Amino acid sequence: MIENLISGISLGSVYAIIALGYTMVYGIAKMLNFAHGDVIMVGGYMSFCGTVYLGLNPWLGLLVAMGVCTVLGMTIERFAYKPLRSAPSLAVLITAIGVSYLLQNAAQLIWSPNPKSFTPIVTGNIKLGDVVLPKVALLTVGSCIAIMVALTLFTNKTKLGTAMRAVSEDKGAAQLMGINVNVTISTAFAIGSALAAVAGVLMLSAQPSLVPTTGSLPGIKAFTAAVLGGIGSIPGALLGGILLGVLENLSKASAVSQISDAIVFGVLILMLMVKPSGLLGKSIREKV
Amino acid sequence: MKKLFSMLMAGAMMVGLLAGCGNTPATSTSSSTPDTVAAFKIGGTGPLTGGAAIYGNAVKNGAQIAVDEINALGTAVQFELNMQDDEHDAEKAVNAYNNLMDWGMQVSLVAVTSKPGEAISVYHNDDRVFGLTPSGSAPAVVEGKDNVYQLCFSDPNQGTASANYIADQGLATKVAVIYKNDDVYSKGIYDTFMAQAKVRGLEVVSETTFTTATENDFNVQLTEAKNAGAELLFLPMYYTPASLILTQADAMGYEPKFFGVDGMDGILTIENFNTELAEGVMLLTPFNADATDEKTASFVAKYQAQFGEIPNQFAADAYDCVYAYYQALTNANATPDMSAETLCGLMMEQFSTMSFDGLTGEGMTWTNGMVDKAPKGMIIENGAYVGM
Repeated sequence: MIENLISGISLGSVYAIIALGYTMVYGIAKMLNFAHGDVIMVGGYMSFCGTVYLGLNPWLGLLVAMGVCTVLGMTIERFAYKPLRSAPSLAVLITAIGVSYLLQNAAQLIWSPNPKSFTPIVTGNIKLGDVVLPKVALLTVGSCIAIMVALTLFTNKTKLGTAMRAVSEDKGAAQLMGINVNVTISTAFAIGSALAAVAGVLMLSAQPSLVPTTGSLPGIKAFTAAVLGGIGSIPGALLGGILLGVLENLSKASAVSQISDAIVFGVLILMLMVKPSGLLGKSIREKV
Repeated sequence: MKKLFSMLMAGAMMVGLLAGCGNTPATSTSSSTPDTVAAFKIGGTGPLTGGAAIYGNAVKNGAQIAVDEINALGTAVQFELNMQDDEHDAEKAVNAYNNLMDWGMQVSLVAVTSKPGEAISVYHNDDRVFGLTPSGSAPAVVEGKDNVYQLCFSDPNQGTASANYIADQGLATKVAVIYKNDDVYSKGIYDTFMAQAKVRGLEVVSETTFTTATENDFNVQLTEAKNAGAELLFLPMYYTPASLILTQADAMGYEPKFFGVDGMDGILTIENFNTELAEGVMLLTPFNADATDEKTASFVAKYQAQFGEIPNQFAADAYDCVYAYYQALTNANATPDMSAETLCGLMMEQFSTMSFDGLTGEGMTWTNGMVDKAPKGMIIENGAYVGM
């Protein structure tokens, strides 16, 4: 029971880190970047290539993955989303789905659909009495909290962070005040994608099987977590992610293990019915 | 126009970006040397590319060795082999089957994997072309088709045989099972295993499941099995999820015995997989590449010389298929100018009465298209399969 709870919190922390990417991009650009899950997968492959083909230290591999994903995220934004900035949101959504498929199929072409076994960034366990704590779980929860704190400080204390909040509140007014909206959006994508690489490496360290579709389901679950916590809210992403991870693992361990995913997504539907803005989301009145 | 261009650019850039460390799988095309002597046209489909390519290529290579050996004998029965790629996809398998029919296939190896096999066995039945599949193990491949036979075990038999093996060898009394409940292969083996485990007095202390959507994390299932005190973990599944189970069990310090079925074959080939984790894993398979008998040794040596790897059971099954055809065609005094339909009648007569000795079993006989042969228990030691 305790072990399942711990692995649930660890899984939830991964969801939370991924959910941050959704939340930041949604908060600032008001779009759902469905290709975000596949950036996780690219991060995983980059780290795999770094550690296995180039023989790098796994930590260095993580840095490589973060670098590549940052550039990838900004490139996607520049070429796929920026030209559609004034297009209807449905067009942007479809484009995001297209980018997602593009990434998956490109990965299949480059690395083949055969599974690869990922080298965990840390291994081993810590024993506390009867309870076995995997070091990866501790690292995941630790990095999740660190990222949350850093990101909250960034958005509240720095100039760029303040600009981000301004753009998320009112894009037009922010622009009139001299904020470069394009740079701000680009930054959100860069941070979100770098975090996706971190999430990918942490997730694959606990579940070391890498295929081109590795990112799609965690991506969708993290999106669920973001909505559950209140999309656009950073603490909401943390809360939603951990709730979802624990719920998923406990339902898997219970008698209803066969429908654990149905339970997870059922929660999303319930949440949307009861409180559409999410647990910590602000309900914004539509301006007329 | 500008938008379109930039989208294309984005795509091109991303592919370029990722192309740094590619690792393209080797693809190969098949053609066998037709002799001046008329030969029987033997065809088959299998995944020569894609995720299940390991199985398709093993079958193609194993069959090719048998064809070459038989053609070198210079008897009246000569073969020409044509393996088509179906990418483990039922629709593509039907196209591949049509290609084979255009080519003039006379006897067939049907398909390497079960789903495509199920799809094209119907056509074999309608067109009256005899089929003997080396590895399409689902019962649906042969059920209701009087002219399609299996040379591999049918799935349900593996469950029964595994339970018997565990009980006979006294491997464990407390057993945990993890199976994939949206997959006929896994579920079929699970059902018969459970029935036989009851008969043989094996105590199943934990049963957990997963699906295609949840096959990336087994922490919960392993924790359940560990807490239930299972000494042996029975894994009726393919090697990809099995490799993850081994890795995660190791990470949590859980060391039960692992027992797999023929889908476990291939686990040593996963890129970057720590094969030490597979040490001591047991699996039930009809073929043992380490066997010392002359037939096996010669086959393994030839396979290694030609293809640079140790043949798995799929290769051996395919080799046996070709030899079974050789025996049946010789006994029936068949000639290559006979039509597929005539040959189908002759083959049905032969296969329902004959007994065949091959690499994967002695004295094989067939009832209702399903083969009767004894499985061999194998254990992985020093990165290779060893007979138990």
